[in-house]
Amino acid sequence: MKKYINTGNKDTRSGFGAGLSHLGAINPKVVALCADLTGSVKMDAFAKAHPERFFQCGIAEANMMGMAAGLAIGGYIPFAGTFANFAAGRVYDQIRQVVCYSETNVKIAASHAGITLGEDGATHQILEDIGLMRMLPNMVVINPCDYNQTKAATIAAAAWQGPVYLRFGRPGVPNFTPEDQVLEIGKALHLNEGSDVTVIATGHLVWEAIQAAEILATEGISVDLIDIHTIKPLDGETVISSAVKTGRVVCAEEHLMAGGLGEAVAGLLAREHPVPMRFVAVNDRFGQSGKPAQLLSAYGLDAAHIVAAVKEITGA
Amino acid sequence: MNDIHTYQKIASQVRRDILRMVTGAGSGHPGGSMSSADILTALYFKELNVAPESWNRAGTGHDMFFLSIGHVSPLFYSVLARRGFFPVSELGTFRVYGSRLQGHPSIEAGLPGVHQASGSLGQGLSVAIGAALSKRLAGDKSRVFVLIGDGESQEGQIWEAAAAAVHHKVDNLIAMTDWNHQQIDGTTEEVQSLGDLTLKWNAFGWECIVANGHDFNSIFEAFGRADSLLGGGRPVMILFETEMGHGVDFMAGTCEWHGKSPSKEQCERGLAQLEETLGDY
Repeated sequence: MKKYINTGNKDTRSGFGAGLSHLGAINPKVVALCADLTGSVKMDAFAKAHPERFFQCGIAEANMMGMAAGLAIGGYIPFAGTFANFAAGRVYDQIRQVVCYSETNVKIAASHAGITLGEDGATHQILEDIGLMRMLPNMVVINPCDYNQTKAATIAAAAWQGPVYLRFGRPGVPNFTPEDQVLEIGKALHLNEGSDVTVIATGHLVWEAIQAAEILATEGISVDLIDIHTIKPLDGETVISSAVKTGRVVCAEEHLMAGGLGEAVAGLLAREHPVPMRFVAVNDRFGQSGKPAQLLSAYGLDAAHIVAAVKEITGA
Repeated sequence: MNDIHTYQKIASQVRRDILRMVTGAGSGHPGGSMSSADILTALYFKELNVAPESWNRAGTGHDMFFLSIGHVSPLFYSVLARRGFFPVSELGTFRVYGSRLQGHPSIEAGLPGVHQASGSLGQGLSVAIGAALSKRLAGDKSRVFVLIGDGESQEGQIWEAAAAAVHHKVDNLIAMTDWNHQQIDGTTEEVQSLGDLTLKWNAFGWECIVANGHDFNSIFEAFGRADSLLGGGRPVMILFETEMGHGVDFMAGTCEWHGKSPSKEQCERGLAQLEETLGDY
């Protein structure tokens, strides 16, 4: 198993903030909007450096999405930021009509996604957003795994022509992908070549999957490990060739089983190359308050549960 | 002021187009289209600084118009066609499979003159604010117009946008309300009363003008006053008092024709009341 080094825990939202600041300095067309969460979403450095290009929208997310669409029509590249729950669920119809159907170049910066938001509990822990967003025609959905990848994804989102839903999180998580990497939207990363089983993970669960693969390697199970930061468009070539090679696929995501990465992969493989699958995801329930690590364990999303899913599917 | 009769004649043809399009399609929204017809005629044939040949979706260098009440698409399409944005003959494809004239305005369909899809209500004012801010950032002195409905003003997002425009001092924006007092289920008073819209917009910090939306003198006077207020640090709202279904006796002043197509006979009855001035499509 290839070795990955955690260079120190960092939150993915700060990776977004770093990417946005970088864009602000090099691209005068980049503007930002926020719904009263500038510090939480890490847009404060951009707001301070470029006050004329930052629009505080207050607690009025529907209007923020409309304003972002208008700025995009006028030729700007707006990043509209708030918590994922308010960036996806609360404004679904606005995103549908003025962003996706209108083909406006809006980037939705969705922070505090998933159960690892922690103590605030279920009202803020959206586990449905990948499903909601990937159903929309014209929408790109990216869920990067660490600080460095989130920074790279932010830069890639600005270069992409069209709507992007960029999903990231609150807690500090291991930072292990290369600094100053270039992220190619729609191209999955092969983290480890293996032969017994494919594990496809996204977001915070990529590190859990690495840990699981290390444990499994010591037990003689070889994992073909894929970090799939872009859920839509899905990298079909990488997914299918891995499934052909191993014949078994486990998907891991901090999201409901319904609508998420697992279903996207299952839909693809059902058409192209059906293989047995297991899903490490939340099964039809809401989250609750707790520490991120505690919640990952309690909701069946940590490395131990990925190990268990692999053992179940491989019969080990 | 130009010859008012010229605009009345254009509006008469536009109302004929609306009736014929909705009747031809067997569906659509004639009531609100009729109530906004004089406003959009005045806007597109005099006030709006835009030429079909130089129109671009980004609005660079020209005034932009956003239609928030997407269901009055028959009116919007007629005015765009009569103003030369696309062939008048295309009006006959309204709501037909494969047409650029979708039931509600679409970007995907690629119709010139449309900046933004609309249909789901409450969203156009926010988009217009964003567009106005983009003009400010770019140093483009042209203006942004948006038409909303009174029924639509029951949507919460309208009031989010109302506050945002004032907060960001969006003073290159002229919003207009078609205040026809009707919506699908009845009068706005019966369905969910709006109260005094003048007081509301004033209270939000907007410059507010009330005008008669069927009197071209009043409409042009309102546009002139609105324009003079731009650059003063506040957005401008023109509340146009109108009548739903205006111009056709059996459609006027009732919500019955909000979203219903006339029969062939009813269409003929309506057309008999509207002079054909520019030639039917």
